[in-house]
Amino acid sequence: MKPKSHILRTLRIVLASFFFVVITLLFLGIGGRFNIWFGWVAKVQFLPALLALDFGILAILIIVTLVFGRIYCSVICPLGIMQDIFSRFGKRHRFRYSPEKKGLRYTILVVFIVCLIVGFAPVTTLLAPYSAYGRIIQSIFRPVYDMLSNTLMVFDMRMGGYHIGYTEIWMRSISTFAIAVLTFVGLGWLAWRHGRSYCNTLCPVGTILSLFARVSLLRIQVDESKCNKCSLCERNCKASAIDSKTGNIDYSRCVVCGDCLTTCKHGALEYKVFRSQHSDVSPEPDKKKRAFLTGAALAVGSVAIAQTKLKVDGGLAALSEKQKPQRKTPITPPGSLSAHHMQRHCTACQLCVSACPNNVLRPSSDLMRFMQPELSFERGFCRPECTVCSHVCPTSAIQPVQREDKTAIRIGHPVWIAENCIPVANGDSCGLCARQCPAEAIMMVDYTAADGRRIKVPAVDNERCIGCGKCEYLCPARPFSAIYVEGNETHHHE
Amino acid sequence: MNRRDFIQHTAAAVAGTSVLLTACKKNSAVSRQYSENTKPAEAMTTRVNPNTGDHVSLLGYGMMRLPEKNHTEGENPIDQEAVNRLVDYALAHGVNYFDTSPVYCQGFSEQATGIALSRHPRNSYFIATKMSNFWPESWPIEESKAIFERSLQFLQTDYIDYLLLHSVGRGGQGLSGMEVFNGRFMDNGVLDWLVEQKRIGRIRNLGFSYHGDIDVFDTLLRWHDEGKYHWDFVQIELNYLDWDYANEINERNTDASYLYAELAKRAIPAVIMEPLLGGRLAKLPPSVVRQLKQRDIHATPAAWAFRYAGTPKYVLTVLSGMRYIEHVQENCITYSPLKPLSEEENAMLMQIAKELYEIQEVPCTGCNYCMPCPYGINIPAVFGYYNNCLKEDIFPSSDGMTEDKAFRRDRKRWLIGYDRKIPHMRQADHCIGCNRCIAQCPQHIDIPLEMHKIDQYVEQLKQSI
Repeated sequence: MKPKSHILRTLRIVLASFFFVVITLLFLGIGGRFNIWFGWVAKVQFLPALLALDFGILAILIIVTLVFGRIYCSVICPLGIMQDIFSRFGKRHRFRYSPEKKGLRYTILVVFIVCLIVGFAPVTTLLAPYSAYGRIIQSIFRPVYDMLSNTLMVFDMRMGGYHIGYTEIWMRSISTFAIAVLTFVGLGWLAWRHGRSYCNTLCPVGTILSLFARVSLLRIQVDESKCNKCSLCERNCKASAIDSKTGNIDYSRCVVCGDCLTTCKHGALEYKVFRSQHSDVSPEPDKKKRAFLTGAALAVGSVAIAQTKLKVDGGLAALSEKQKPQRKTPITPPGSLSAHHMQRHCTACQLCVSACPNNVLRPSSDLMRFMQPELSFERGFCRPECTVCSHVCPTSAIQPVQREDKTAIRIGHPVWIAENCIPVANGDSCGLCARQCPAEAIMMVDYTAADGRRIKVPAVDNERCIGCGKCEYLCPARPFSAIYVEGNETHHHE
Repeated sequence: MNRRDFIQHTAAAVAGTSVLLTACKKNSAVSRQYSENTKPAEAMTTRVNPNTGDHVSLLGYGMMRLPEKNHTEGENPIDQEAVNRLVDYALAHGVNYFDTSPVYCQGFSEQATGIALSRHPRNSYFIATKMSNFWPESWPIEESKAIFERSLQFLQTDYIDYLLLHSVGRGGQGLSGMEVFNGRFMDNGVLDWLVEQKRIGRIRNLGFSYHGDIDVFDTLLRWHDEGKYHWDFVQIELNYLDWDYANEINERNTDASYLYAELAKRAIPAVIMEPLLGGRLAKLPPSVVRQLKQRDIHATPAAWAFRYAGTPKYVLTVLSGMRYIEHVQENCITYSPLKPLSEEENAMLMQIAKELYEIQEVPCTGCNYCMPCPYGINIPAVFGYYNNCLKEDIFPSSDGMTEDKAFRRDRKRWLIGYDRKIPHMRQADHCIGCNRCIAQCPQHIDIPLEMHKIDQYVEQLKQSI
């Protein structure tokens, strides 16, 4: 029999679809006005709001949970909705009640909070649900979306249109990609087999919200008088939160999806103001033990992915790909104040990486800043008129920057390597960096090469450099530029 | 799959779809089934070379822009089957002059020309090739001789009908045009050796092609007057833009009116190159096309340019580097027979030349001599895109009104088009100004200067949001 629909469940699905689609589009980097209209969807996420110290949003989320239960997990959290989608593919009636794994849950929460306080980013960024979803979309689905966009571009060109530009598709970080694939496959499998296991045991946001949901005003309740203990609700509860034998529901795990409301043929389940019906019965100790290592797997495999390369035809000189220099201090975007601030506030959601139109931002592979964004200039430079990353960031790791102020923030300083410099290396006169520097921080001066040649080479003025990386990007020396930007640990402000 | 393949494959798929769609359209009732687009070979206008009595077709085939196939670096890029078809069609429609060089098409042009022509009787066409000993390594006489022998071998023949000293007048590496000329032909005895080859019949006509330093042109013609050397023909750049504006566009170049007058004075047959300026005169701004169409609704801009180049009576043949069969068809019709320009038509083209000059395009003909740029820039593509935007009048200028809708639309269009045409690492901003390309350019464009100007424009455009 087809389950009858329930207004609450329908409402939940409609709202969830809205949040899910909008946030996915944000992560696909659709950009433009969309970011302005719908950027708030990323900013109402729990952890980003916590890191941004946005107490208004936190208060609203907590009040919502106190009233309605964990609807945040069903409606707002994109990772939760993604798991719901995977759950739909499984057989019906496959879930069973299992007691709450309190020990594991709270251990993880404590570890998470400690890491948050001491600023140990790898753990916090890995566990943060919103960021995990961001990485999945950015690393796995963004390239697919870009390929589609490039295909449409060809149609656009054929029709003489100029609506869609060419998008470069490139691997921003192999390790982040590997993590994203593992998360996607692991969570997908888990959701398909066991429903909301991640949300109810591993997810720190789920655990925090469960504290409030336990005492929420509205809850789903079993009317013992109508219930015939058929256990249909239990066997279709993704959260394994309904114990049909006792009629108890674990509100710390119930995400108020409303599935049980439609499953019950007798109308025994209702969503209403909670009134205690019988005393708490402590649930049986769980005998099954599951290994929840999936989410924490830090395996950084050498995933072989063919990077899109541009071929050169006969008339063009072959150019080797530029390589990233080894920077002592990472360069973080203007608005992020300092490397330290970035490390403490970023949940590595990749929204800025997706939004960066200049192919500059990419996730770091450094363990302490794992997957947090950093700048590098092999494919472009931090353009003076662009402030996109500062406006999309939901956590205030990158604080909003106005275009006029951007050139007054010095995120790095230049370093010159004589051996790489074209005039030193092959005698051609160059001066491209000096000509192109938007801050007039580079000037050409006389220089005597090791073999006695009198040449002109660039000299850098650290006090003028804003660290935009234009010199590094355009420098003709390959694979390593003769001039590169070293990050300023704390950004210098004029 | 790289970007180019990707675009090509997808484009092919799209094209296929549109063909199907077109096929579905029904013809509306028209009484005439088709429009004639061929003329018999006899209709082709020919000019007589006074030295040998050759009847040369007014349309000559330039083998510099041959069709290419997909190829890897260093491999033969030429689509030989396509070349054969083009050559067969041209011969069948009266074209009998084929102009190649050892350096065209990455060095594969002569070979391809030889293969295509050797399938026809040797007396049904004339072969022109060149002594392209540009690099000082090829200046020793043995090297230059080897270049000539290689030409004969590739062209599968014992004699060359028209041999040219290739591109005299170009300087470079701190040498003047005359110094380079002396290095290439005089000090090493190469010119005397070529004269000897003409005497023994391995060369039937000896001439030169000229670009650049006017001193060399004048000197060589003075030698002709003095009887020191005899030039059977001279190849010059002539079209309605260069007639009066070559010098205005670039002071190092000389107006075609002067060059032609000097040849006509001596009755030296002129072979015309760049009648279309590498296609720039085939694709004109819409306002100019309208003027031309107003005068003759059937004539294409290219046909006007060809009629212009073919009208002066000392012109022996007009070279066209035709890559597509449609170009061959169209040009054959234009010259079968030539309708010489009237005074009035000539005046109209002179007026158009003035308008084109005022657009201030970069005078690049896309010959690729500057390539490869050692720093990877796709020079002809950058200039091509810039010129095209000038012509199509997509030149956003904000005048401080960056919120203006039309400006924003044009800006987006300009920048999207630029990125589609040229990958980032090959765009103008990467030009370091090493100046190596300048000496290579037959049009004497100050390439780095133009690159910097274009880059400044792009940068200003990007920042104006």
